[in-house]
Amino acid sequence: MVRNVMSFGRNGLSDWVVQRVSAVILGVYFVGLLGFMVLTPDLGYAEWQALFSSTWMRIASLAALLALCAHAWIGMWTVATDYLNNYMIGSKGTVIRFVFQAACVLLIFIYLVWGVQILWGL
Amino acid sequence: MLVSVYRYNPETDSKPSMQDYEIELPEGRDLMVLDVLSLIKKEDPSVAYRRSCREGVCGSDGMNMNGTNGLACITPVSVATKGGNKLVLRPLPGLPVVRDLVVDMSIFYKQFEKVKPFLLNDTPAPAIERLQSPEDRAKLDGLYECILCACCTTNCPSFWWNPDKFIGPAGLLQAYRFLADSRDEATEERLEDLQDPFSVFRCRVIMNCVAVCPKGLNPTKAIGHIRHMLLERGA
Ligand code: SF4
Ligand code: SF4
Ligand code: FES
Repeated sequence: MVRNVMSFGRNGLSDWVVQRVSAVILGVYFVGLLGFMVLTPDLGYAEWQALFSSTWMRIASLAALLALCAHAWIGMWTVATDYLNNYMIGSKGTVIRFVFQAACVLLIFIYLVWGVQILWGL
Repeated sequence: MLVSVYRYNPETDSKPSMQDYEIELPEGRDLMVLDVLSLIKKEDPSVAYRRSCREGVCGSDGMNMNGTNGLACITPVSVATKGGNKLVLRPLPGLPVVRDLVVDMSIFYKQFEKVKPFLLNDTPAPAIERLQSPEDRAKLDGLYECILCACCTTNCPSFWWNPDKFIGPAGLLQAYRFLADSRDEATEERLEDLQDPFSVFRCRVIMNCVAVCPKGLNPTKAIGHIRHMLLERGA
């Protein structure tokens, strides 16, 4: 068993499932959004405002936002452990990866808070 | 025919180089790549490579021929060169080179060892043998034939990136061979050891392994089965 503390669920199976479920959520959300854009004639500020002020849309948007954050975390962690390790870039690999991942996590957190703020118009 | 061979002696050379040989091939016959190597060896005894059975059984002469991994002894020159007139021989990629075409397979074997490639069964053995129904036995077809040549694992990008953590296609094929064996009792422990983010889940289904296996085995499919077992156990 290989251990790693920076992975999302710290378990390959849960990461794998979360990655796929979040992809489906994002897919459905954006297809739905696209459908709305295509099907709404004279799409303007008022229509957008109406859409995003409904509760179900907020739920869907929040789900999509959370899915995006989880997806990004797992994705960036995977990319980092592939390319930024001691095999690929030498003995400083672990340190570099740690810094890179900390930056990713921080950025994801900022986007999450910011996204919630936008959605709720806080 | 022009044959370009990877030469490297880590003790004396500062870096690897390619050495060209002009080899006279017999008319009207399609030699195997291993035959060409023995012709080269006659000319230049310093060229190092492994071989033993010369018939695709032992798995010693896995190497990279014109960019594709395979066993030199059962790969015809015409196939390796795709009909071209230059043969390029390199060691299996991703493993440290000991000398020329000979690689250090330690890390490959270490990954193999990790999957406990032997039957685990604590029930006292019956007088003659542990029986298995023909159907259960059939489940091992396509798994047990692996000769550990490492052609697949050294062709897998995920293994190049994490050779110490990702078990690789050859090891995982054997992991499934024992998960699928009706006589094995350690399924739970085996799965427990495989559920981390690296051992199995580094496989991205690139299928480079399937493309090169000289025995025609399908590690990707076995990995899919392991994933499925992990999913059933975890859900
Ligand atoms: S299918 Fe999986 S094991 Fe096979 S080459 Fe691709 S990543 Fe490697
Ligand atoms: S699965 Fe095929 S390519 Fe891989 S080690 Fe076994 S025989 Fe060789
Ligand atoms: S020499 Fe034994 S497999 Fe090629």
